[in-house]
Amino acid sequence: MMWAGFLQRAIMQGIPLLFGSTGEIITEKSGNLNLGIPGIMYVGGISGVIGAFLYEQNAAAMNPFLAVLIPLLCSVTGSLLMGLLYSFLTVTLRANQNVTGLALTTFGVGFGNFFGGSLVKLTGSDIPSINLTATSNYFRTSLPFAGKLGWFGQVFLSHSFLAYTAVIIAVVTAVILSRTRVGLHLRAVGENPATADAAGINVGKYKYLATCIGSVIAGLGGLYYVMDYANGVWSNDGFGDRGWLAIALVIFAVWRPNISIFGSILFGGLYIVHNYIPGLDVSGQELFKMLPYAVTILFLVFISMRRKREAQPPAHLGLPYFREER
Amino acid sequence: MSKAVSQEEQVPAIRLQHITKRFGSVVANDDVSLSVAHGQILSVLGENGSGKTTLMNMIAGIYFPDHGQIFVDGKEVLIRSPKDAFRYGIGMIHQHFKLVDVFSATENIVLGLDEAERFSLKRSAGRVREITAQYGFELDPDKKIYEMSVSEKQTVEIIKVLYRGADILILDEPTAVLTPQETQKLFAVLRRMRDSGKAIIIITHKLNEVLSLSDRVAVLCKGKYIGTVNTAETSESELTEMMVGKKVDLNIERSEPKDSVDRLTVEGISCKNREGTELLHDISFTARSGEILGIAGIAGSGQRELLEAIAGLQHVDGKILYLNPKTGQTDNLRDKTPMQIRELGVRLSFVPEDRLGMGLVGNMDIVDNIMLRSYKKGKSVFLERKKPRSLAEKIIKELEVVTPSANTPVRRLSGGNVQKVLVGREIAASPTVLMAAYPVRGLDINASFTIYNLLNQQKENGVAVIFVGEDLDVLLALCDRIMVISSGRISGTVDARTATKEEIGLLMTKNAAAPEPEGGAADGNA
Amino acid sequence: METHKPKEPLFRIAKRDSIVWWKAWGIRAAAILAALVFSGLVAFLLTKENPLKIYATMLDGAFGTQRRIWGLLQNLAMLLCVSVAVTPAFKMRFWNIGAEGQVLVGGLASAACMILLGDQLPNAVLLLVIAAVSILAGALWAVIPAFFRAHWQTNETLFTLMMNYIAIQLVAFFVYKWSVPKGSGQVGVINRATHAGWLPAIGKYDYLLNILIVAVITAFMYIYLKYSKHGYEIAVVGESENTARYIGIPVKKVIIRTMLISGALCGIAGMLLVSGTDHTISRDTAAGRGFTAIMVSWLAKFNPVFMVLTSFLIVFLQKGATEISTAFALNESFSEIITGIIIFFIIGCEFFIQYTVRFREKEAAK
Repeated sequence: MMWAGFLQRAIMQGIPLLFGSTGEIITEKSGNLNLGIPGIMYVGGISGVIGAFLYEQNAAAMNPFLAVLIPLLCSVTGSLLMGLLYSFLTVTLRANQNVTGLALTTFGVGFGNFFGGSLVKLTGSDIPSINLTATSNYFRTSLPFAGKLGWFGQVFLSHSFLAYTAVIIAVVTAVILSRTRVGLHLRAVGENPATADAAGINVGKYKYLATCIGSVIAGLGGLYYVMDYANGVWSNDGFGDRGWLAIALVIFAVWRPNISIFGSILFGGLYIVHNYIPGLDVSGQELFKMLPYAVTILFLVFISMRRKREAQPPAHLGLPYFREER
Repeated sequence: MSKAVSQEEQVPAIRLQHITKRFGSVVANDDVSLSVAHGQILSVLGENGSGKTTLMNMIAGIYFPDHGQIFVDGKEVLIRSPKDAFRYGIGMIHQHFKLVDVFSATENIVLGLDEAERFSLKRSAGRVREITAQYGFELDPDKKIYEMSVSEKQTVEIIKVLYRGADILILDEPTAVLTPQETQKLFAVLRRMRDSGKAIIIITHKLNEVLSLSDRVAVLCKGKYIGTVNTAETSESELTEMMVGKKVDLNIERSEPKDSVDRLTVEGISCKNREGTELLHDISFTARSGEILGIAGIAGSGQRELLEAIAGLQHVDGKILYLNPKTGQTDNLRDKTPMQIRELGVRLSFVPEDRLGMGLVGNMDIVDNIMLRSYKKGKSVFLERKKPRSLAEKIIKELEVVTPSANTPVRRLSGGNVQKVLVGREIAASPTVLMAAYPVRGLDINASFTIYNLLNQQKENGVAVIFVGEDLDVLLALCDRIMVISSGRISGTVDARTATKEEIGLLMTKNAAAPEPEGGAADGNA
Repeated sequence: METHKPKEPLFRIAKRDSIVWWKAWGIRAAAILAALVFSGLVAFLLTKENPLKIYATMLDGAFGTQRRIWGLLQNLAMLLCVSVAVTPAFKMRFWNIGAEGQVLVGGLASAACMILLGDQLPNAVLLLVIAAVSILAGALWAVIPAFFRAHWQTNETLFTLMMNYIAIQLVAFFVYKWSVPKGSGQVGVINRATHAGWLPAIGKYDYLLNILIVAVITAFMYIYLKYSKHGYEIAVVGESENTARYIGIPVKKVIIRTMLISGALCGIAGMLLVSGTDHTISRDTAAGRGFTAIMVSWLAKFNPVFMVLTSFLIVFLQKGATEISTAFALNESFSEIITGIIIFFIIGCEFFIQYTVRFREKEAAK
């Protein structure tokens, strides 16, 4: 069935975006507009690749558990360091968030491509990519009965554990944001840090934690892309502009991770829909690829004209906060 | 003057002893002692700048006293932070609400709390409902703050404090932002809280409120503690006398107005804020050339809106008529932008209350700030900095502005020097109408007198000067006529040469809800 | 009477009132030096080469031959052009991060004129048309978000960011449409034979005209911001919209006008890239300059003259790092890592220019 295949691919396209947007939502809820997310996703991806590469090269026989755990830990560490760097510069040193974020993206993309390229050189292969099929196979282990359940199995059950993790993280984040004390405090920090501060909430701590946790989650999107979507093949610049698309998705989801789940499938679908339209030439496909961005712009304009308060960015997004000294 | 108050055998809920607080060389509170018992409402009465809020901030843990002790239920306590204050059951409701706009009432109320039990907004909302029912508040716990009126927001702040179990409540000018009806409701609630054993302190300068609500009144004047009286045994006139203090002779020279003509006539202007509360109601008056018209009133009674309406920054209903001395023509300035007003040839200068946020740009140097008014002159696309520079240097010299150079950003100057730059610029535009809002606030004596002299000079040059002030001594000494506004309405206009401070004080606190007696609107023909 | 003082924290951060210029520049120079040492260390760890040799290689990559110097100057000019273009918007506190897209549509417009009108107009007329259309395209791309920001407060950072990708896809679309040979996905050199719509070389110097144009634009922008009435209005709106209102500056008009200029200059940058340098168009024509320019402009405190220095620094690093990567067989993305590192250092050092850290004085125990 074609549409089931389409839906399955759309979900696979959407999962990195879902990771990225959930991470960015958590970050933005603390008032930090982290434009370094694209770079962080690169770092998350390449760190996992490095871990997997070293393990594949050095392990005599691969243990499935370690084969997954090592890249996962490497990826988390890499993105965590990026998040820490952003927080240190913007929260502690009060640097401009936009400039810091863009520098982080430059650095992260460069970092990814540099180590990607260097690993390629190490393998001595002719094609400019690294093949980690063995690791990827462990990552892509899906539910055993998925193949037996027809279209339902294909669309919903054929995915790997990271894909389900993305959905679970998004749901949990949504619940935390709307139903818990921590979520309430985090939202207060992004909306009105002075009020949060007066209420005894440690604004700096929340910003640091939100940014770092957000970075780690976003980094997993990079890992999913390499290990699952690309079947363990890292090629430079392969991740493309998905990081920016994740930021677009944040707007489209009006800063709610549960909407992000469906938004990511929609964006993923829009991203690949050109493959499913008969008679479309290559140039037409490129036009179709702008759909997610165009939809986001229309949506951004729509929410700003409608002025519904709940649909606005956090009020203090992108602005520095520090207590006035007396 | 202060009558001894029987303390019964009860230990006061809170007692201050010999509290002193200085900010630099300014003594904000000088040896203040007072107390309030459970089941009692104490009013702290005083004019603007008398140190009421500073005193209360020390109880709430925002400031720490330089000297003196605070006792809660008879035990001496140290209150170093708002958290400490909460621990002792003290809650303060500030004038500026600290609320998150997109949150519901309940979310704001529980913000920052670290209760041991599981987080549940539903249960918290239930508790909020219990509190509202107990004291007779009207509040929907699920309503978002941005949908609320000022009065509802205030209710949220009060419940926030009660929710945390406060026994001692401090309210800083709670009625300043309320309509008379809302005020009555608030008072009913406060009385119920008193009857349930809470100790309540309200900061105010409205006499009628003091008399109708409180059990006892403590009066401050210029940082000094004047005394405490039982409300039942006092009168408006006694309180006014305590509050305004003795008349101080300032020795400001005042000339008789010469050749006065009606320059600016305001006819029936009104305006509302976004919530629909009336900020100005049917204001009519005339500013005449060669005289200083004072505007007195409690802060936030509509002074800012009135001046901004004339300056073209606030939409109003009614008419603002300007008689052009050159053409003899009359123009209506209502709803014109500042640019359009200037293009009409109206020489209107305005020294706004917010000097660095509105009148000047803090990060620009003196020359560039001097240029703000005149930069557009001439057809050239380029700026002409020569004249502004010499003007800046002239202002620096004549007004004795202390600054390293004319290229120093104004943000780095002291308050008095900032104001000299601003007033200097506005006067240099050779206005025919000069409006100044609180031009001497925060200035020392010398700088203040520089400003008074400048205003007097302008008056002698035939400028119609409008002076919004807070110090009644200054208003009485400087102005020719004083118009008093209260809650956005004119409550009276007096001759500054004959009026007394008490007379103005009473007009300032006149209950605005009452229908205006005849003569409430100024006639302008003094 | 005993006085109680709340315990002071270990250190306090206070905003500096002012800092003498040489101190500020000293801090910045120290940061750049630290960044260079750090980058050298990174390069050393990766290559195990003599650190001095690494720096020598960097210098060689940037200035080694006359060709390299020209390349450096050309790249410097292009980055500078975009940086200067985004500056008026930033001075107004309008976060235009859409320069990448504005440059691209400018370049796209140039390419379109070259392809479609190449053999129909005399070259001089064609060049004028190219300039006009590129400027219009860039300005249009910038004014759309400005319009919505001015009227509905639509978040300009996110809007301009999205506009970049619309532009990129638009370019990709036309690249396929115009690709030579058909379906190759590459436009190739446009008008290779006729040179129609190519910016002429001055004497034998290919990029000299580009460099001169950018020099003029930089000077223009310096004067515009510092000495013109428009520049003054931009500064007032950026510092305080309330003051702008008080004085009667039409804020919406200023926002739209400023973005028109910003976009128009980005359009010129696009033209210089397509018609003056590459003579082709691809989605990588802007090469990330739209983003790098934001950092360049910010690092230069929005002063076009300082931007010459900051863009030189970035371009020098890129060239030097590229040379390192070829000389020591590293990946070419090495230069992006180095750029990132140096920007982190400079961003971080601004804190020490803006603030002072005072440590708690040791108080005698009570």
